[in-house]
Amino acid sequence: MAAATTSRLARPAVLAGPRLHRDPVWLRRTLIGLALAFLALFLLLPLAAVFTEALRRGLGAYFAAFGDADALAAIRLTFLATAIAVPANLVFGVAAAWAIAKFEFPGKSVLLTLIDLPFAVSPVISGLIYVLIFGAQGWIGPWLIEHDLKVIFATPGIVLATTFVTFPFVARELIPLMQSQGNDEELAALTLGASGWQIFRRVTLPNIKWGLLYGVILCNARAMGEFGAVSVVSGHIRGETNTIPLHVEILYNEYNFVAAFAVASLLALLALLTLVLKSIVEWRARRTASESS
Amino acid sequence: MSVEVSHLRKTFGQYTALDDVSLAVPRGRLTALLGPSGSGKTTLLRIIAGLEMPDPGSGAIRFHGQDVSQTPVGARRVGFVFQHYALFRHLSVFDNVAFGLTVRPKATRPSKAEIRERVHHLLRLVQLDGYERRLPSQLSGGQRQRVALARALAVEPEVLLLDEPFGALDARVRKDLRRWLRQLHEEVHLTTIFVTHDQEEALEIADEVVVMNQARIEQTGTPESVYDHPASPFVYEFLGNVNRLSLPSAGFASADAFDERSGRIAYVRPHDIDIELPHSGLTGEAALVRHIHAAGAVAHLTCARESRPSELIEVEISRQRLAELALTPGTAVRLRMRRAHQFAEDFAI
Repeated sequence: MAAATTSRLARPAVLAGPRLHRDPVWLRRTLIGLALAFLALFLLLPLAAVFTEALRRGLGAYFAAFGDADALAAIRLTFLATAIAVPANLVFGVAAAWAIAKFEFPGKSVLLTLIDLPFAVSPVISGLIYVLIFGAQGWIGPWLIEHDLKVIFATPGIVLATTFVTFPFVARELIPLMQSQGNDEELAALTLGASGWQIFRRVTLPNIKWGLLYGVILCNARAMGEFGAVSVVSGHIRGETNTIPLHVEILYNEYNFVAAFAVASLLALLALLTLVLKSIVEWRARRTASESS
Repeated sequence: MSVEVSHLRKTFGQYTALDDVSLAVPRGRLTALLGPSGSGKTTLLRIIAGLEMPDPGSGAIRFHGQDVSQTPVGARRVGFVFQHYALFRHLSVFDNVAFGLTVRPKATRPSKAEIRERVHHLLRLVQLDGYERRLPSQLSGGQRQRVALARALAVEPEVLLLDEPFGALDARVRKDLRRWLRQLHEEVHLTTIFVTHDQEEALEIADEVVVMNQARIEQTGTPESVYDHPASPFVYEFLGNVNRLSLPSAGFASADAFDERSGRIAYVRPHDIDIELPHSGLTGEAALVRHIHAAGAVAHLTCARESRPSELIEVEISRQRLAELALTPGTAVRLRMRRAHQFAEDFAI
C-alpha cells in the first residue's frame, strides 16, 4: 500500500522527461513550428519592418529624421521625463518594498493594492484623471491658472503621468526578494550597533542590488515607451510636449513613413538594449543567488 | 556583568509568550534557557537583547543593576548569535567580523590596523584563521556558526546571547562545537545565555540551567541540582528518561515515606533501579523482562509489572550486571528503587 502510494507520487517527476520524447514526431514538429511562426509573425517581423521602412530611402534620409528640431525636442522631453520618473520610482519603490517586506503594520494590504493600481488601471484613464484634477476645468485647474502654473499640456503633466504608470516596477521586483531574505541580517547589524542608514546601505542594499537594477531597467523601458497616459496629458504640441512615441504617431499620421519608422527604430534599439541589459542582470543575479545559498 | 529580569510579560495578540518571568543570571556564568518549543525561551532571549519589547508596563531588564529596558539594541552591548547565523552574505568572513567595529562613529572607531589586529585575534580564537577572504556560502555550518560568534565578540559585548546555537548542525558537529563553546567560555568568561531545547546540551555545558515551560520558568539551578531534585513533574520528565510508577508498589525500602494511596505516582529514573532475581530473597516489585537492548555502554531493559502488566518500566544496568543475572526476555525479576520522587501537588485523577 505504502509502496503503491510512493510510486504514484513519484511518477510525474520520474516520467515527465521521457514522456515528452514519446510524443509523435509530427506533433512535436507542429507545436515547435507553430511557436516559431508565432514568434516570427508577432515579434521578429514587426522589428524587421521597423528597420526596413526606416532605411527605405537610405541612411541619409534615416539620419535626417533625427536632425529635425521637433524630433530632437521629442527625444529631449522623453529623456527628461525618464530622468525624473525613474529615480523617483527608484526611491519610492525601495521605500515601499522595505516597509512592506520588513515591517508589520495595519493597512499593509491596502498599500500593496495601491502599488499595483497603475498596472490595473488603463493608462488612458490614468492620464484622464490628471486632466480632471489639473486641467483648466479640473479641481485645482483654476488655482493653477491664477498662479500661472501649467501642468496639463506641459512638461510637469508628462512627468507625472510617466511616473504614475511606471510606479510598480521597482517595488514589485523588490518585495518578493526582500521577503524571501527575511530580516535576520538587519537585526544582526542592529545588535552590532549599526544605525538605520548604515543597515540599509551596508546590509539591505547590497543584498537587493541585482533585483533593484532589474526593476530600474524595466521601469526605464516602460517610461521611455509610455504612450497612453502621456498622450492624454500632452496636448501634442510639436517641439514642446511631444515625447518620442507621440512624435512617431504624428509623423505616421502625416504619411511621413521614413521619419516615423526612423524615430520608432530608436525606441526599438532602446528595447533591444534593455533586453541585453536585463539578460546580463538576470544572469548575474542568478549567479549571486546560487553562490550565497 | 549580571543580567536580571523581573516580572516580564510578553503577549502576541491572544498568545502569551512570557508570563511574569523573573530571572537573575550571575556574572561570568554560562546559563542555558532550556525548554520545549513554544515555552518562551527565545522570546526571553530576544527581550534581553532588545530585539523584542516586553508588554508595556511589565517588569524590567537590568544589566548589572542598571535598567536597560528603554536602551535600544545597539547601545545595550550584547552580542547576539542567531539560530541561522544571519551572516552578511555579501561580505567576506573578515568584513563580517569587522562589521561591528566599522559601523562605529569616527570618534570611537578603531584604526584600520587595530581592526585588522582584532579580527585576526578573534578568528584565531574561533579557529578560523586563514578563512578571512571566504564568503559565508563557502563555509560549512559549524564554521558559519563560529564566524557568527566571532562577529558578536568583536564589539566586546557585556553579555553574549546565543539562540539555539547548535540547532541547525548535524549531531557530530554539534557535540564538538558545544565542548568547544564550553572551552571558549572558560577563556573569555563572558556572561553568556544560550537557548536550547536539548537537555543533554544544557546539562553538559551550562553552569546554570533555567528550565522553561508554557511561558514560565519551572526551575533554576545547577545541572546536578535540577537533574537530581526536579521541582515539578515537567522538569523530571524533560530532563532525561523517567518512569511513572503507580503506587502502591513493593519496590521501595520501608524507610521511604511515600504517600502510598492508590492513584499516587512515584517518579523513578531508569538508572536508579536495581534488578534482583526472585530467588535472591530480596523484596521488590515483581516484574517480567520484556525486551533487552544492550548495544552501548549500558543495557536498557523494558520490564512489565506483574501486578499491572500494561505498566512498563525502563531500567538501565551495567552490561556486566546483565551478564551476571543472565537475563533474557521472559525472566521474572524483582525491581528495587534506589531513589524516587513524589510531588505533593501531583494528584492523579
